[in-house]
Amino acid sequence: MDRHEEAKLRVARQFIEAIPHSRALGMQLDALTNGVAEISMPYDLRLVGDPRTGVIHGGAVSALMDTCCGAAVMSHPEAPAGTATIDLRIDYMRAATPGQRIRARAACYHVTRSVAFVRATAFDDDADHPVASATGAFTIERARKDTPA
Amino acid sequence: MSTPPSTPRKRPEPVQLVKSRRDAALRALVTGVPYIQFLGIRFDRRGDELTAELPFDEKLIGNPLLPALHGGVTAAFLEVTAIIELSWTLLWEDMESGRIDPATLDPLHLPRLPKTIDFTVDYLRSGLPRDAYARARVNRSGRRYASVHVEAWQDNRARLLAQGTGHFLMPPAGPISARDD
Repeated sequence: MDRHEEAKLRVARQFIEAIPHSRALGMQLDALTNGVAEISMPYDLRLVGDPRTGVIHGGAVSALMDTCCGAAVMSHPEAPAGTATIDLRIDYMRAATPGQRIRARAACYHVTRSVAFVRATAFDDDADHPVASATGAFTIERARKDTPA
Repeated sequence: MSTPPSTPRKRPEPVQLVKSRRDAALRALVTGVPYIQFLGIRFDRRGDELTAELPFDEKLIGNPLLPALHGGVTAAFLEVTAIIELSWTLLWEDMESGRIDPATLDPLHLPRLPKTIDFTVDYLRSGLPRDAYARARVNRSGRRYASVHVEAWQDNRARLLAQGTGHFLMPPAGPISARDD
């Protein structure tokens, strides 16, 4: 990895770690390389969707997936500046086990001039059975001269 | 103007009684879910029509430079609205027919919530740092599966922030109890 790529990843990491909503959910950036991101989130009683079972709400899993997919796009060598979600589909395979951390891994598998295509999977402690998977399309925001960094 | 009685042939109930019963049922449905409270989502009721409200808060920001709402917040807001709308339509029938008494409902004694199978969000505009609103429509509600469409907007109802479609697994029919699985 050259110095330019390293600097770009550092900026992406700083940006992702500064996102207020991600901080509110306790998200942690575990890995960020070219087009691949891993972000995890602790189990938190505030995020429970069903008080009888203690299972985390699907919406919180969506937030984790969206962040992780966006991070994967930002870390891609051909995606110079920022990104925004065009669409995101989440499939919920099973309830995340209460008390366990949720880990998402997203890969930006194709980039055109304007669009980035991303796939992601989320797991709890059972690495053989995904909790959820996601597919999304994201914008490629080209850096503009008139836009402050 | 008052809410139409559920069984027109009977003597209409006093309007305040009807309202307080429906509001109690909605409150039990919404306040029992920690994540809805965490995001600060409220529901406004007009008859059986619900409008979800997401008051702006700093912790909902996803891009501090713009600033813009987090895409995950928008997705969560749509999904919460869809689930509550679907649960509300199920609860409404039970409540209005007298099969359940909302006075006995609390967060641990509610009809089971539908489970999300999949949810697709179509992001149409960047979420501004201000309040957002959403309404859902149950397009199909079968015995096992349901399909729900939901729209969210901010300042202008005609300029949607995002729309979403979700498929849900319906809770098994049966008496309400604090069952666990």
